[in-house]
Order: sequence, then structure tokens, then C-alpha cells
Amino acid sequence: MEHHDVIIIGGGPAGLAAALELSQSAAKDVVVLEREAEAGGIPRHCGHKGFAPYKNFGLMTGPHLARHLREQTKALDIRTSTTVLEFTLRGNLRVHSAQGIVEMSANKIVLATGTRESSRAARLIGGNKIKGVMNTGELQQRVYLNGEKPFERPVIVGSEWVSYSTLLTCRHLQVKPAMMLAEESEHAAPGYFAFGARLLGTKVVKDATLVAIRGHHSVEAVEIEQNGARRTVECDAVVLTGRFRSESALYASGFLDCQGFAPKVTEQFKTSRPNIFAVGNVLGQLETAGRCMLQGQEVAKVLMQ
Amino acid sequence: MSERFDIAVIGCGVVGLAILRRFALAGLKCVALEKGADILSGASKGNSALLHTGFDAPPKSLELQCMQAGYAEYLEIRQRLGLPLLETSAIVAAWSDDEAAKLEAIEFKARANGMADVKRLSQTELRIREPQLAKAARGGLLVPGEHVIDPWSTPLAYAHQAIAHGAKIMRGAEVTRASRDNGDWQLATPQGTVSARIVVNAAGLYGDHVETLAHEAQFKIKPRKGQFVVFDKPAAKLLRAILLPVPTERTKGVVLFRTIFGNLAIGPTAEETDERENASTDTATLEKLQARAIEMLPALKDVDVTAIYAGLRPATEQSEYIIEAHKNENWITVAGIRSTGLTSSLGIAQHVVKLYAKHFGKLPKKIPAPIWTPVPNLSEHMIRPYMKGGEIICHCEWVTRGEIEAATQGPLPAGDLGGLKRRTRATMGRCQGFYCAAHVSAAFEKAKHGAP
Repeated sequence: MEHHDVIIIGGGPAGLAAALELSQSAAKDVVVLEREAEAGGIPRHCGHKGFAPYKNFGLMTGPHLARHLREQTKALDIRTSTTVLEFTLRGNLRVHSAQGIVEMSANKIVLATGTRESSRAARLIGGNKIKGVMNTGELQQRVYLNGEKPFERPVIVGSEWVSYSTLLTCRHLQVKPAMMLAEESEHAAPGYFAFGARLLGTKVVKDATLVAIRGHHSVEAVEIEQNGARRTVECDAVVLTGRFRSESALYASGFLDCQGFAPKVTEQFKTSRPNIFAVGNVLGQLETAGRCMLQGQEVAKVLMQ
Repeated sequence: MSERFDIAVIGCGVVGLAILRRFALAGLKCVALEKGADILSGASKGNSALLHTGFDAPPKSLELQCMQAGYAEYLEIRQRLGLPLLETSAIVAAWSDDEAAKLEAIEFKARANGMADVKRLSQTELRIREPQLAKAARGGLLVPGEHVIDPWSTPLAYAHQAIAHGAKIMRGAEVTRASRDNGDWQLATPQGTVSARIVVNAAGLYGDHVETLAHEAQFKIKPRKGQFVVFDKPAAKLLRAILLPVPTERTKGVVLFRTIFGNLAIGPTAEETDERENASTDTATLEKLQARAIEMLPALKDVDVTAIYAGLRPATEQSEYIIEAHKNENWITVAGIRSTGLTSSLGIAQHVVKLYAKHFGKLPKKIPAPIWTPVPNLSEHMIRPYMKGGEIICHCEWVTRGEIEAATQGPLPAGDLGGLKRRTRATMGRCQGFYCAAHVSAAFEKAKHGAP
């Protein structure tokens, strides 16, 4: 069985920063397993500015930051298109790559699997099952990785940071959203964001909820409910933003103690299993890429102790 | 001149495809005409994917006969067609004293329908079998023969075998006009006119519309909608058997069941609707389904919902199947095949071929040995392609690029993205496309247009 000192699961900002820090502290045997064909994580398809290494804000775009991280970690053992399928009963990893499936073990494992937005299904949003309903993650990959223009007049649902990131994607596409449905959220971005959105010409509706999505083959309208009254808003797509939840498939079935979908960790990022650590957005607090990198750096220091 | 066929089947749902397969195996020249961009775009798109014994079907009914024949043939042929079987058994669970009192009658009916192996379970026996079940469960009736199968690969396999025996499948081929010419039917479709000696109406949700091509329809399709909620894979460990409710006079009730893909689902509701396609879900009903599932299986409260969907059953005014040969019109009607269609389809096909032989002519004497056309496996409990390597594109369902390419090739490539999903499961997992939908649709377009 292939054995390493440290295996990091996930090659986004947190995982790559941890690997980088470990390599600079003379740790010899560190491997990053990344299931996408390219490392860099979510910033790869956040085409707007606002990113910076180890900081909350900066002037880099997401793809720029992802490139920067790949460049810095070029010499390290980063295996892309490599998927961790599951933890075995003994706490080893079942790992898939083009060659097949192998079992790998490590003295220490760092979970940096990140986060994703809640799907339409998880939100139990009714209506017709049709083309044109997507999360920001899908939208930004279509736009920034595939060069598609998926819609002309979307409704954007959400009031979190990422919801406004979606507005910037629309602006990049020169598309004017039909409406921004700023549902209440405990992770809402500050109110001046909505002000900014209005300045950009987007109608922002608060205190309303999305009731149903309608259409024959693709989205034609949404039904919203506001102050007890229902109405229909025409549109050609729905972008469901935010309501992030940890990518928990590897540990959700009781393998690690959890709080909601996130693994419980100590201040030193230790999970309920002695040799497994978790950092970055898998912890359930949506942080900027810069903050995730800081956490990666911190966990590396803990591992070196 | 249009091509002349012995048989034209209208409708490529599971019933139409099973009939096509049976006629093709019998050596007749057949064609199937499908309105949608791909097969399975109507009622067969969304069902609960259970292989039923018929233990609770009306005794002596045609439905029961077709279910039992279909069940037997499925078990006989499934391995040669690469089709999976998840042997779960089912338990009719009683949640109150009233319901417990009804189990005896259900057991009696099951035995009358030939199920000698059904067994009553006490509260303790039920708890030993299903330790995660809520305490309120009083006991149940075990039906060992009920199982879980793959709702989409099954009819796909029937289609492939039919094609291997010379059948033709035309998609995007809605029959817009039909006329008789020297006894033969001339069926006009956007793909051209098809000429056939005998027409089989297996048009499901549009069965009554298609029937009017031949004569005034003696039935009306009254679609019955069923909504479902699918839980993420950790949930599948919480339940072994299919959990059936004790039916009331009003409704058969919702079922809690594992899927062949490793999930756990609850449904269907039974709602009268005017919708004939693209059935809609509604949040209030989905919330109720989710709550009911948690009530029965409390540990589900910590499990995410992976998918929601609604299916339509092509019900008619009557509960019995309508399967009739119209001798003077060279027409066979197959209508009102509701929830049991996936199980009974092979049995319906046997019955239809018998009707043909009785009314419309002898079957060829010399027929070639069957060619078996196994489909790729999608079930969680058997070997999947990713296990041998390849590039995983859909991370939740572990679908490889090779599978997506394969689904765009061969004699019946995916007709649209929905067809691709049903053939591969790409984007059908817990993220519902957050990570992979953009890659999957790009890979699909690329493969479809024959890029190397």
C-alpha cells in the first residue's frame, strides 16, 4: 500500500497553502489529491476581482489566484484527476485515478474538500424540472471555463457574498438579471451590496421567497411570494446562490463527529479522529480564499509540531 | 415509397419497448415511433423502480397475470442483458392498531395471488430486521419477492435487443396523421411516413389521443402524478427492505425504498392532474414527504436531499389494464398501464404477441436465436466502470468520461441531456451539477459531434 507522511484531500486554496507551508518547513512526504483535472479550487471559475493570497480582499481575479497557487506549488506532489472515494474501516483512503483504484495510508490526513451551494432539490423548490436552473458554481464554470452565455434574463436567488459575485458574472456577460431575490440569510452580505446592485440596475426584492420554477423545456418564469401574495416573474434562468454546505460525502456517514454537515474540529483543526485534520470551507464557515489559505498555513504548523 | 413494417409500436416507454422487443424476437419486422427526443420521455421517466410480485394486485386480473409473467421473465433474462437486481424484499408496515388489524386481509390476498412465502412479523421481529425504524411501527407483513431494479437501463436493454433483431427506433417521430391504404397503416411523422400492417398503441400518457387516429377512444387518460424525494447515499444503510404502507380506501400511500443507485427515496403521492408531461413538484408536498420519511426513519433527519422529481402514471377511468385487439382495424390498444408497468412490461409484451397471433396472423416458424445485448451497469452494488480507472467527470456518482462517450454512440445514442443522465447518472447526485454540469454538457456536445 502506498504510504505518505501527510495526505491532503482537496487542492483548493486551503489544501494548496497547507502543502506549500509544509514543503517550506522541510516536510518531505506530502501529497495533495485533487479530483478535478486542475488544482486551484473554486477560485478557478470566479472571474471577478477581489482575491488575494492570505488576505480577505485583493485585486487578483479568482483564476489569477488559482494560477498563482499552481505556480507556487508546481514542484510539489499534486495529483489531479485523483478522487478519494472513501475512508476504509481502518481509516485509510480508497483512491481512484485513471489507472484504477488503490488504497493509500498516511500518518496524517488533512481534509480540505471545501463547500458547495445547496441544490434546488436540497431546497425543495417545486415547479417543473427543466433546463436553466443552476448554482453559481455551475454558472461560473459555464461562463469562465467553457465560454458559454447560458441566459439573457436570469433571476438570482440569494443575498450572500456569492449572490453578488453572480451579479458580476452577469455584468461580464452583459446580461441584466430580471430580478435579484434577496432571501433572508444568516450569511447575508452587508446591506450596501444591495445598494450597489441597484446602482448597477438590478432590481433587488427583499422579504420574498421563491415558490416554484415554471417552464416547458427550459425556464420561462418563477413564482414568488411576497407579503402573502404570489406573483409571476418572467425570466429564462434561475441561479440559486449561497446556502453553502460542506462537501461532506467522505465523512458524513458517521466517520467523523459533525456539526450539521461540517466536521467538528478543535482550535488546532483536529477532528474526532486523532490523525485527521480539517481546514478551509469544509468547516462550514464560508471564508474568502485568502482566509482559507491562512487556515492551510496554520494547520501545516500544527502538523509540524 | 415508405418502408413497410409488420408492426409499428407507437410510444417508446418501457411498455412500448418491451412489446417491440418481443415482436422483434418473434421474427417480425418492427418499428417504434417516439414523440420525444429520446426514449423514456413520458411516464417511464419517473417511477419508483420496484419489481413487484403482484401480492396486492386485484386477484385474477390481467394486471396480475402480466405482472407475474413479467416478473418471471425479468428474472430469467436479466443477467444476459446486464440488468441488476437488488434483493431487498418488502415489508407492509403497520403504524397503528387499526393498520395492524388490516394485515391479515393483505396476507390472505397475497396468498390467494400465489405468494406462499409471505410472513407476518411481530413488532420485535420487525425491529430486529429494521433497527432504524421508528418505535411506532407495530409489526408488518414480509413479502420476500419484492425487489429493486434499474428503471432506465431495463427498457434501454429491451430497446437494444430489439434493434439487434432488426427493429428500428425513430425518435422525434410523433404520429400526426394515420390512414389505411389497402389495409396497411400509413403513419405520418416529422421523420417521414411509416407503413405498417399492424399498429400497437403504447402511447402511455397520450394513449387516448393516439387511439383517435384509429377510432373514437373508449377511454380517457387521467394522469396521476406522483412526487418523490430522494435522500443522499448514507441513507441507504438505514433500511433493508422496501417499506410499504397499509393501503387505505382512498390511497395506496407512499413507499420508502432504496434505489438501485444506492439512495433512499420516498414517494409517490397520488394526485389527479391535467399535466401530461413535465410534471411539476410543489414545495409543500415535498416537505410533507420528507417529514413522513423522517417520521418513519428518524435518522434521516441528518441526511441531505439529493433529488426531487415527479412522475405521471397514465391512469384511465378503470383500474384494470386496457389491452385489446381491434381486428378490423389492425390495431392493438395497450393503455392504462400505471405504477406496475415496469414490472409487467415483459408480461404485457407476451400477452400482446398472443393477441397478434390470435387475430392477425401466424408468427414466423423459424426464428434466430436471441442475441443478448447487455447494457452498462449503473447499480451501486455491482461493478461500475470507474472501478477500472478512467477519468471521473461526475464526482458525486463517479461517472467516467468513457461512460459519457459510450452513451453518445451505438445504435441508440442519448437523444438529449435527459437521456444522457438516464444512461449514465451524470449530474444526478448530491451536488445536482454544482461541480460537474458544465463539464458534462461540454463532454456530451463534444462526443455527440464526433470529435476524436
